[in-house]
Amino acid sequence: MHPAPSVIFFSTLSGAGFGLLAFLGIGMPVVFGWEAFGHYFVAYALAVGGLVASTFHLGNPKNAIKAFSQWKTSWLSREGIMAVASLLVMGLYAASEIFLGLRVPWLGWLGAAMSLFTVFTTSMIYAQLKTVPRWNHPSTPVLFLLYALAGGAILAGNGNIALVLLLITAALQLLAWRAGDRRFAARGSTIETATGLGFMGKVRQFEPPHTGSNYLLREMVHVIGRKHARTLRIIAIAAGLLAPAALLAVTPEAPLALLALAGALHLAGVFAQRWLFFAEAEHVVGLYYDRR
Amino acid sequence: MTELPRSTERSLGLVIDLDTCVGCHACVISCKGWNTENYGVPLSDVDAYGADPHGTFLNRVHAYEVQPKTGGPAQTVHFPKSCLHCEDAPCVTVCPTGASYKRAEDGIVLVNEDDCMGCGLCAWACPYGARELDELAGVMKKCTLCVDRIYNENLPEEDRVPSCVRTCPAGARHFGDLADPDSEVSKLVAERGGMDLMPELGTRPVNKYLPPRPRDREDKIDILAPFLEPVIEEPEGFLGWLDRALGAVSGQGAGKETGQKESG
Repeated sequence: MHPAPSVIFFSTLSGAGFGLLAFLGIGMPVVFGWEAFGHYFVAYALAVGGLVASTFHLGNPKNAIKAFSQWKTSWLSREGIMAVASLLVMGLYAASEIFLGLRVPWLGWLGAAMSLFTVFTTSMIYAQLKTVPRWNHPSTPVLFLLYALAGGAILAGNGNIALVLLLITAALQLLAWRAGDRRFAARGSTIETATGLGFMGKVRQFEPPHTGSNYLLREMVHVIGRKHARTLRIIAIAAGLLAPAALLAVTPEAPLALLALAGALHLAGVFAQRWLFFAEAEHVVGLYYDRR
Repeated sequence: MTELPRSTERSLGLVIDLDTCVGCHACVISCKGWNTENYGVPLSDVDAYGADPHGTFLNRVHAYEVQPKTGGPAQTVHFPKSCLHCEDAPCVTVCPTGASYKRAEDGIVLVNEDDCMGCGLCAWACPYGARELDELAGVMKKCTLCVDRIYNENLPEEDRVPSCVRTCPAGARHFGDLADPDSEVSKLVAERGGMDLMPELGTRPVNKYLPPRPRDREDKIDILAPFLEPVIEEPEGFLGWLDRALGAVSGQGAGKETGQKESG
């Protein structure tokens, strides 16, 4: 799949932003006044910045408002609704902490749950697609949530929790890559099932339907990004998960500068991970072109 | 709404005969023509006369080569591919704006371009590559089964079929109601073993493909062939003299061909 920068920015930044909101919502940490303003500013900048980035890949953004209408069937619609609703609920909670110096725990817990559910809805946009076997698996939402929580924990300054989450994420990410590499073959779609010609014999492409490229090939049979897959996997694990974990393990009472460094490393690693999430994903339509 | 109808009154669709299709791409061109001049935004072309021409098409003809399991020469199969108007269309339910829908009355899957925001998720959800986002208009385009032809009383009756069907010079494309077991298309499917593409994905396509018929094989032509008089194996006349003369010169002797000699 084509790793569109807008979507990579969106899922990385919004994930961390909603993860931070979730920790602020449950009172880890409890902050008031200017300190609260600083925390919520970072959280909203990430969450809203990501959402704004996601609209850049739309072909016809003037209809984006209509995306709130199909919550009954569409995970993308649910995501839009949940994102706005969580930001509103957390906005009320944040305003009361910033301006009134008052914490309303139930509102915070509600906002935290909604923030995490927003990340879940994002992940389900991908996990629901049977056409992309690598994504079509429970490990997709689990990892999206873990990355959001780990990033949120770093940004919220919860060093010990972040440390544990980073290590769990690293372990599950390695397992998910291993399993994901085999899933396309395991699902059994081949050029023979795609064409229905398997009963005759071995099928291969004789002539593509067009000499140039097209939307399908650009969007869904994107193979360029896979060249550096191994290196990017190492960067994602080392910079995104192990390096921040090491920083946090060495200095449990992490100062702000160190948290910022851990956060920046983590986000850089998640960018690499998200790039791979798209670039390595193989869509079954490639079978018609004898390419994956 | 993007909820799929529980059932449709009719299931209009295409039956494509892979045995008959000659791969001429006439269906591709007539589709592009009709759907550029009529319903919705035109199917744009980009850099049409430049170095990287590409554009939007609702129908594309692949060509495959099948190597038979039993040996023998490979067989070429021309393979037109467009929207299959699936019963369980994953492209419809993923749509966030309500632009994609499946009609309860005839099962046609359509995009309302006035509602489409061009996110492309429906194209991701489709296993068949049936949807293409138009690069210039930024909205999703797909086969409409020529909904603006098949019910169009301004057209002569014989033209009230999809443009690709009307134009196919080989008669490889058939249009009709696949929910009606007595329709011509349903009979064709029953008779010829019409098949679904990627059935393992559970989309339940309405469109069916008729598999290529087995090709005649030489060993099946005539069971009496082995009893016939063998054709002459020794050259006679002038060729016979030439054979003997050249054989004498090269020292290989005259007579039956022994195939390629080992070099050395």
